[in-house]
Amino acid sequence: MAERSFVEEVKKLRLKDGEIFSGEGILAVTKALLESGVSYVAGYQGAPISHLMDVLADANDIMEEHGIRFENSANEATAAATLAASVNYPIRGAVTFKSTVGTNVASDALANLASGGVKGGALIIVGEDYGEGSSIMQERSHAFAMKSQIWLLDPRPNLPSMVRAVKMGFELSEASSTPVMLELRIRACHVHGFFTAKDNQRAQYTLREAMDTPQRDVSRIVLPPSSYLHEQEKINDRWPAAVKFIQDKGLNEFFAEDSADIGIIVQGGIYNTLVRSLERLGLADIYGQTKIPLYVMNVTYPLVDAEIVRFCTGKKAVLMVEEGQPNFIEQNLSLILKQANSSTTLHGKDFLPMGGEYTNLVVLNGLKSFFEKHGKEFTAFNQNQAANPNDVTAIAPLVHPRPPGFCTGCPERPIFTAMKLMEKEIGQHHISADIGCHLFSILPPFNLGNTTMGYGLGTAGSSALNVSASKRVISIMGDGGFWHNGLTSGIANAVFNKSDNLTVVVDNSYTSATGGQDVLSSKALNKNRSTGHEIEKAIKGVGVQWVKTVHRTYDIATMKKLMKEALTNKEKGPKVLIAQSECMLNKQRREKPLVKAAIKKGVRVVKEKFGVDPETCTGDHSCIRLSGCPSLSIKENPDPLRLEPVATVLESCVGCGVCGEASHAAVLCPSFYKAQVISNPSLIDRVLSTLRKWVIDRLQQRMIKRQMAYRF
Amino acid sequence: MSIQPYKIAILAMGGEGGGVLADWIVQLGEANGFVAQTTSVPGVAQRTGATIYYVELFDHSLSKIATQLPVLSLMPMPGDVDIVMASELMEAGRAVVRGLVTSNRTTLIASTHRVYAMSEKSHMGDGRVDSSQLLDEIRKVANRFIGFDMAKVAQDHQSVISAVLFGSLAASKTLPFTKTQFEETIRQGGVGVEQSLKAFDQAYGLSESSTGKGASQFFATPKETFKLPSQSGLHPKIKSLIERIENAFPSNVQEILLHGVKRLVEYQDPDYAHLFLDRMLALKNCFSSNESELIRESARHLALWMSYEDTARVASLKIQASRFDRVKQESQANAGQIVLINEYMHPRLQEIAETLPSVLGRMILGSQVLRYAIGALTSKGRIVQTSTISGFLILTLVASAKRWRRSTLRFKEEDERIEKWMGLIKTCALQNSEKCLEWIKCQTLVKGYSETHERGVKSFDLIFAVVQKNTNLLDTDISSLRNAALADEKGAALQAALSKWPSISVSM
Repeated sequence: MAERSFVEEVKKLRLKDGEIFSGEGILAVTKALLESGVSYVAGYQGAPISHLMDVLADANDIMEEHGIRFENSANEATAAATLAASVNYPIRGAVTFKSTVGTNVASDALANLASGGVKGGALIIVGEDYGEGSSIMQERSHAFAMKSQIWLLDPRPNLPSMVRAVKMGFELSEASSTPVMLELRIRACHVHGFFTAKDNQRAQYTLREAMDTPQRDVSRIVLPPSSYLHEQEKINDRWPAAVKFIQDKGLNEFFAEDSADIGIIVQGGIYNTLVRSLERLGLADIYGQTKIPLYVMNVTYPLVDAEIVRFCTGKKAVLMVEEGQPNFIEQNLSLILKQANSSTTLHGKDFLPMGGEYTNLVVLNGLKSFFEKHGKEFTAFNQNQAANPNDVTAIAPLVHPRPPGFCTGCPERPIFTAMKLMEKEIGQHHISADIGCHLFSILPPFNLGNTTMGYGLGTAGSSALNVSASKRVISIMGDGGFWHNGLTSGIANAVFNKSDNLTVVVDNSYTSATGGQDVLSSKALNKNRSTGHEIEKAIKGVGVQWVKTVHRTYDIATMKKLMKEALTNKEKGPKVLIAQSECMLNKQRREKPLVKAAIKKGVRVVKEKFGVDPETCTGDHSCIRLSGCPSLSIKENPDPLRLEPVATVLESCVGCGVCGEASHAAVLCPSFYKAQVISNPSLIDRVLSTLRKWVIDRLQQRMIKRQMAYRF
Repeated sequence: MSIQPYKIAILAMGGEGGGVLADWIVQLGEANGFVAQTTSVPGVAQRTGATIYYVELFDHSLSKIATQLPVLSLMPMPGDVDIVMASELMEAGRAVVRGLVTSNRTTLIASTHRVYAMSEKSHMGDGRVDSSQLLDEIRKVANRFIGFDMAKVAQDHQSVISAVLFGSLAASKTLPFTKTQFEETIRQGGVGVEQSLKAFDQAYGLSESSTGKGASQFFATPKETFKLPSQSGLHPKIKSLIERIENAFPSNVQEILLHGVKRLVEYQDPDYAHLFLDRMLALKNCFSSNESELIRESARHLALWMSYEDTARVASLKIQASRFDRVKQESQANAGQIVLINEYMHPRLQEIAETLPSVLGRMILGSQVLRYAIGALTSKGRIVQTSTISGFLILTLVASAKRWRRSTLRFKEEDERIEKWMGLIKTCALQNSEKCLEWIKCQTLVKGYSETHERGVKSFDLIFAVVQKNTNLLDTDISSLRNAALADEKGAALQAALSKWPSISVSM
């Protein structure tokens, strides 16, 4: 069950020939899979391809109608290995994950797949998380394509091009017996656009046929001598076949090829950015009709030598616009032109930055340099159309960074509040962090965590720090990472290697950072998946003796006590503390409508909300430094004697209780109160309330009377 | 110039509904024959971080060939944006810093309310960015600015800020669509239509009148001219206090003195307020005649210090009728609902000992057995339900400890510190008034409860020692020491700042 429902989007997957699909890029790709007669889809969620997984998870009936198997893979290696079904059988399959992190995990299976080659079309859809908003290391998927000889598609970022890339990708894969990688940048995945749909196709050859009448071919298995043969096949058969297919189908595009004696070569995915920059320079119109010749590589690996030589012939210089580093394509072009004895001068990263996202402004500046050198006649651009940014030196210091953080009521926040308080008592510890929402602990106000080595690798990341010392090491691992690989790479490894450290497993019932998808230990009933498998059992199963579960992470005192115990007790061996509370984003989504309905029906409901008394708050903000909750903020001090802002609880508070628990555990201040609002109170509630009100009102009247004597 | 799309950037924080707004604009465009494209890079920023959505709308009816589609950009280009919308003031500032707002063309539509950044919220004093300055800078670069507190409008109509921004967009007339076409888009959306339309409508009206305002008008708080209250019908003791203020102090400091006196009468009694005025008179006589700023600041800090927060004070504030009303209002309970109030309190052994008459307090602190027993009882925090009779009575009882406040340990300690602080004010006043002012402000360090209070006292003592020892200290030296004390909880910045100065040993 993902963070949002995809019921509306699922309808779009049923569109028929000639109907207009209007929606998000990654969903257009999903529809294209159905139009391509795919037999199975697998993957691991993560931005920016989560929606492909989520929509298919909600489209079970369509999948059944078309005989398609959809797998929520345990990790990206599992997803990639799933493509093995296309090795022996003419079955089309697709897998998807976030790149390069997912591709890193998948690379073993991908290399084996690429070695033996495929019979049915095999498509690997990678969401390239590069540039603005990225949450991972800045690398290129391109390297994986090159090292395993997997063909790499990088289509222009509009829906028709992306849909065509899917379809051509399968054909290319089959024509060259090679898996094909479709690279989609984050903005392309999320782009809203439209394309004309075709009917969905049902696969000719079914998975069932493969299971009923299995076939094998030992020459497809990666073991000598076949593996040596595979390498020769790649070079002698598959590569030429791919190049021929790319040329025959015209996958790469030429625009205004002969309109000038200079030209630009660009990755398909950067095409829109390039055209907009040209348009700003007065060298193209809004429809992309350009005065400068363009060669658009919708296939960025392999390069088609003949097309490149053709494009460069008669041109004194070309500029390669290639995002990311190393500049693999530019290096390759240089060799191709050299071997063709071309006199064309090649430019690329000399005019454009080596690293970083190629934004409009970056490309525009690169173009200016290129035209200055080789196309003076094109430099008469209209300055007004080009970017002319303001002076922002006065305002820049007033704009503070706003990194992501734990949501309001997040159950992971109190874990780190407790950790901070624990460290106050027994000192700073080395903390090996993991991937997931819990990694926000490294940011203010918590500032906890030393390294992060990859998804599920929190515990693995502290393996070396396992000698006799005065302190133990803390590792963090989320439930997503735990099932992805952490159970073996971290926990089992710690058992086998006799680790003496503590792992805190953050169990919030979903892979929350990727959009709240279910995992094995999810509590929700999922009719298509088997859930409810407890993490504690798995941990005990691999031999951990000291395992404790806290069923309410908001209980900061208990969290702190158990962490302290695990870090200081005499017991040897790995300790695992499972901190278990449901992701608040998902909980609210589930419970809010239920509560609303219950109140409407007249059921007694108690809602909790926190508040701060401004008269007692002295404006030190310790509470904020221990929480960082978006709902805990500051406001103008109503006290005429005080200047510092007071803490305040915003309306968005969900009453998780962290404020109160933190002020108790940290002995902060008495300013927090919890209001319990009872809707549809029972008779007892009402009688008690009336009685209390009667007494308290009288007492308060007496107080007011006394105070009135000294009124001003 | 060839035909151009409308270029719109939306800056919001994750979870605020920036995506909804972008989708509305797309639907508005598509429903009216435009080619619309939007994209974003939400990723992890979905979790409360700053995020940006970008929309381009292209009037396809202007194309000569129907099959010819525009190539639209997937990201805003600095200097090439027609409309920027920001859900909050600092996000509007971020748009400016990113170069998206240019004076020759950009209409900036932004909410003027603030959602404070972590760096502003977590500051140990006041870390807020000056909103007026921020707004001034923003307005300087925008071609046109439409802004007001959109969060409030959204809240008033139980709607979302997207609806308010959408209303302002319609009112800006920057897009070639009618108000009805905008409203139709909201209706088509089908979620919370009624509330959204109301918020949209109010925003539409407010936007039309917001364009020409100066920053001061956005944040202005009405300033009344101050007058001391008339004395008729007041208690003689109160009268005499007001008379003293009137006779002994210039009119431009009377307001803060009155606030101080009021606070201390409420905190203790009129005699205590007289002590405050005694002390203020003593200070005033040390200041040269035209130093109203010194009087005002010392009055403010002295009143705060003399009304330090002890358990009796906290209990008394918690049981006020006005406080009960405020909690009810804040919890937004309606007439049919019942509100229970729970206080999170965690008095420690120290606080209990400090609130008792000093003889008893010393006895507790001096006895191993009592320390242990009370320590064990107070190891956990308590939740007191003030809305129950028993809870209310407990707090009433604690509040009544005010009666013997003057005899408590804490009172003695604070009194000594106040005298120490005042002594140094007098010394500094003889040197120069700027320096004196900075020292007066050091009282701000002594605040809060438990550990916060202990930390503050420690910082105060350290700075006291340095200021007393080094007569050559400048006003800026004192203010940087004070800021260092507020820079981090561990006191690292203060230690570093102090190392510059020789210090006398601290004796407290």
